[in-house]
Amino acid sequence: MISVPVVAASERRHVVDVEGWSRGEIERMLDRAEEMRAARASRLYRSLLEAETVGLAFFETSTRTRISFELAAKALGATVVDLQASSSSLSKGESLVDTLRTLERTGVTILVMRHASSGAPDLAVRSTGLRIVNGGDGTHAHPTQALLDALTLRERFGALDGRLIAIVGDVAHSRVARSNIHALQALGARVRVAGPEPWIAGFESWPGVETATTLADGIRDADAVMTLRVQLERDAAASIGSLDAYVDAWRLDEARMARWAAPDAPVLHPGPTNEGVELTADLANGPRSLIGRQVENGVPTRMAILATVAGAV
Amino acid sequence: MTTPTFGRLTDPPATVLLIGARLIDPGAGTDAVRDLGIVDGVLTTAGAVPPGAERIEARGWVVAPGFCDLHTHLRQPGGEEAETVASGTRAAAHGGFTTVCAMPNTEPPLDTPARVTAVLAAATDAAARVRVIAAATARRAGMTSSDVTALLDVGAIGVSDDGASVADPDVVRELLHALGPDHPLIEHAEDASLVAGGVMRAGATAARLGLRGWPPEAEVRIVERDVALARATGGWVHVTHLSTAAALDVVRRARADGVRVTCDVTPHHLALADDWIGGERTFAWEDPDGEPKLPGAAYDGTCRVNPPLTTREDARALLAAVADGTIDAIATDHAPHQQHRKLVPFADAAPGLIGLETALSLGLAAVAAGRLPLATLLDALSTRPARLLGEQRGLTDGTAADLVAFDPSASWVVEREALASASWNTPLLGRKLPGVVRLTVANGRVTYRS
Repeated sequence: MISVPVVAASERRHVVDVEGWSRGEIERMLDRAEEMRAARASRLYRSLLEAETVGLAFFETSTRTRISFELAAKALGATVVDLQASSSSLSKGESLVDTLRTLERTGVTILVMRHASSGAPDLAVRSTGLRIVNGGDGTHAHPTQALLDALTLRERFGALDGRLIAIVGDVAHSRVARSNIHALQALGARVRVAGPEPWIAGFESWPGVETATTLADGIRDADAVMTLRVQLERDAAASIGSLDAYVDAWRLDEARMARWAAPDAPVLHPGPTNEGVELTADLANGPRSLIGRQVENGVPTRMAILATVAGAV
Repeated sequence: MTTPTFGRLTDPPATVLLIGARLIDPGAGTDAVRDLGIVDGVLTTAGAVPPGAERIEARGWVVAPGFCDLHTHLRQPGGEEAETVASGTRAAAHGGFTTVCAMPNTEPPLDTPARVTAVLAAATDAAARVRVIAAATARRAGMTSSDVTALLDVGAIGVSDDGASVADPDVVRELLHALGPDHPLIEHAEDASLVAGGVMRAGATAARLGLRGWPPEAEVRIVERDVALARATGGWVHVTHLSTAAALDVVRRARADGVRVTCDVTPHHLALADDWIGGERTFAWEDPDGEPKLPGAAYDGTCRVNPPLTTREDARALLAAVADGTIDAIATDHAPHQQHRKLVPFADAAPGLIGLETALSLGLAAVAAGRLPLATLLDALSTRPARLLGEQRGLTDGTAADLVAFDPSASWVVEREALASASWNTPLLGRKLPGVVRLTVANGRVTYRS
């Protein structure tokens, strides 16, 4: 028997990604999120993190993730400071590490950060004493999104063992997809990624991941379909021809779901959606959609994560 | 162990007796345990050493010809906070090198005879011989070739736009004609249009880490072009820091056809691999440990280098090509950078790592793993690169002493205080490595001793 060192959840001082997390650790975090949902309503843990100062450093714009973290931190009684990253000293030429060290000196204890560069949270862990929670880094990881997605799917299916989850869209540039692959595989699900060839490049060699280059092959028999945001702001469609071509071949609608996916398969989206691009408005707002539930699960999941890195569980 | 001391090429020549060392002279094909005398800087038999001379107990040590680095960034002028001729040559002496070839991508670049001469002048009392590779094009801009004849006249050994390829094939052709068969165009093979912002070797690890991939075709395409031009002109192309098995195949075929193409590989492309960017720290010839990496382990800017750390598969092919002689030399691409240029998100880190002081140790790790005969390693570090420069290397009595003595069974920890370089940008920091240099003698002078 080979003994593999496992980082116990209670020892986790940082959440940079869910890569390498055991099934047990993920399950415990989801259990804790359920507990936090109840605690948020009863205000049971309203003073749990009163000794902590949670800094929000979103070097890349975000609304829902930032607000979700802010509400989570406040629900646990933490002091919350929102670094207005775009107007901060960073834009005056100060390096990222200097900015983070300044935050540490001012008394921030837990830093939630989002950054356009893959690996920025690892740099923060290495170069400061802050406890780091990754709110999304480049095209690398978005662990809190993956955990709230896992929570949403677990609510729907109970266990995910053997369930086929299809992730559709610009997988290559998606931090959501990467973290979801790690979390879903750890929970026993099969993962298939699907998109135009340039958007799944490099994933053929990802252990255990199936790939598909048509929507039919991508979502066939899928128990759930997670579609990704087309990043129109960085002209993502240019690499695959045109946005119209993508919409024609890849947009999810009820007919396509009914034809290829498993019966009643739900649809997820990390948001914000480009309605009419990744999926139709009818689908996003219809009975298959778990998109609203994903948003609802954001705050309790992030409460669980903040409490964990604070060592308060 | 005594406190390390450094010497200079202007010091008085040494007189010393090394007792019981294993002498490996790859050029002569000899490997024997015996005493070795040095009198007034010249190798001699033990009996010729005066009775009062210092005697060094060298049993268990290996003595080899002094190492010769074909690719060193000394950062002078313009980057003296990161390295100087003085500090860089001390790093060389600590690593067993007696010759280093200074790369021209300084600020300003070494693109005129006066600038080449200035570096050579700064090196007269250095801790290692400095040869200069001049810039291939004016301002390293790739547009117009340098005045090759004038640069060779003041002592440049060849030309390079290292940091980039010479993009224009007409300029390459012109350079090869001007250099002739005896001086190389030293090519950093990387087609910028194919790289398109890639920061690590394309592949499974890049996909997992969400970093933009650097396709191996970027290197292959330039090597293929340069081989064709070397064939057409009869000129000499030296491909430096070769990093892909595919480009290696191009070189191998060209040499079989008699084209004048030589190449070197760095220690970090032999011993490290692209998964080090994900926090892996096993050597390329080993199997990855497969364990989850702790937060903070990945995306270390010291692993950012151009060409990027290669796949394990390619690293093993490169090591095999050192063993079979296809690769002419191990060259460090010693690239010092200040910490603030590395303590940034991975994609923003300045490319390059220091290598002079760890080259021997990484090679010895490969030897210990059974991947490389010791004599072949020493040949690739000393005799073969020196021969490309027209320098002699050997342990023959009556020749100037130019050698390194190291203890292969001792080990050391790579830490800032242990490094003579002014910079410490290496992912090996904190790591224990085999092989401790005890004595370096350059042109008869002791340049390093511990």
